[in-house]
Amino acid sequence: MTDPLVIFDLLLALSIVALAVASLSVRDLFAMIVLFIVFGLLSALAWVRLSAPDVALAEAAIGTGVTGALLLKTLHHLRFVAGGQGLRAGSGGTSMAPAAPVPVPVPVGVILANAAFCGLITLGLAVAFLGAPSAGPGFDALVADAMPDSGVAHPVTGVLLNFRAYDTLMEVVVLLAAVVAVWQIERGLSDAPAPVMGEVWQGFARLALPAIVVIGTYLLWVGAEAPGGAFQGGAVLAAVGLLLLLTRAYVPRPAHRGIARGAFVLGTAAFALVALLVASGGRVAFEYPLEHAKTLILLIEGMVTLSIAVTLAALFHGREPVALPKGGRDDT
Amino acid sequence: MLDLIAAFFIASGTVFFVAGTVGLLRFPDIFCRLHALTKADGLGLALIALGVGLLAGTPGEIFRIALVWSALAVASATCSHLVARYALRSGMEGRDD
Repeated sequence: MTDPLVIFDLLLALSIVALAVASLSVRDLFAMIVLFIVFGLLSALAWVRLSAPDVALAEAAIGTGVTGALLLKTLHHLRFVAGGQGLRAGSGGTSMAPAAPVPVPVPVGVILANAAFCGLITLGLAVAFLGAPSAGPGFDALVADAMPDSGVAHPVTGVLLNFRAYDTLMEVVVLLAAVVAVWQIERGLSDAPAPVMGEVWQGFARLALPAIVVIGTYLLWVGAEAPGGAFQGGAVLAAVGLLLLLTRAYVPRPAHRGIARGAFVLGTAAFALVALLVASGGRVAFEYPLEHAKTLILLIEGMVTLSIAVTLAALFHGREPVALPKGGRDDT
Repeated sequence: MLDLIAAFFIASGTVFFVAGTVGLLRFPDIFCRLHALTKADGLGLALIALGVGLLAGTPGEIFRIALVWSALAVASATCSHLVARYALRSGMEGRDD
């Protein structure tokens, strides 16, 4: 016991495992989501303790903030839109949570298939973990040597957008695929009416909106020399979209679909275009010329940030805005 | 000396957080619990931020700590209001027993 922080770390690790178990075993869906959000916050703290502030920021902004909002939105949809009976059952009683939705028996085949997939993933992770060199030197020295060629000062950004830019491009594509899938699948579902949240909430949103824009842009800009970057900044900027949607200051209309589609592909397109342009100059794709490296990286990050923000906000809204048969639904 | 003052602020902030947690666990209904929780959030965090701000080196760090505190204060007050509002609207009464 040399370091008192060891006790803190042990407590933190125990709490994270306990929260994971609790959020899986609790029966109330709302409690499950809240436990998951707390789990995410403590995980972010654990990443800070592991000296990985970039991962901590991403975990807090995307893994906890945006995912928590998506889960809560899903629950709202399940309780008040899909089922319809939860609202009336919950409004009469004095219990905190609205009545649990009527349990639909899940087919055994689905359960078995899910279990098999989860088992396979766990097995794959175990194989990868056991197969990895246990105490290798890692890539720290290599990255440190190559940093002068990256165009930025922060090693994580250098790795993400220069040394392994191809992987990052694929991550952006995954997000694009997600929003394409959501817009396809949810085409026919009815829109969940956004709850009216009152004067205080509106005032808070008015106060918070400009602050969030500044913080998101700051996170993007500071990524060149300190923890931050496109994914963190994008997730924070997505909160602007969430606030706008929840205050109903912005109501998505069918006419906006073109702009939204453009914003979805903006990041991927800019990323790929830069790679193609660099490759056309007789270099390997993503081998940025050193004098333009910082400009190109910032350009890519800026476009990707915009894409991520719009995509996450669209995922929160859920369904493609379509023309409604009766005009009265979308009125504010 | 500065360290001691900072430690005093952080310690008293922690006391508020512990009191808030006890209140959250022990108070009978949601409104009392919110009452306990917002005190911990508001005053406890302010004291801790004050203590940490005294220990911080540069004006930039102090500014950022102040920013974090003000953002959290506004967000926590709004959240509590939303929770209480929802509880009131969905017909939850304070318990008399």
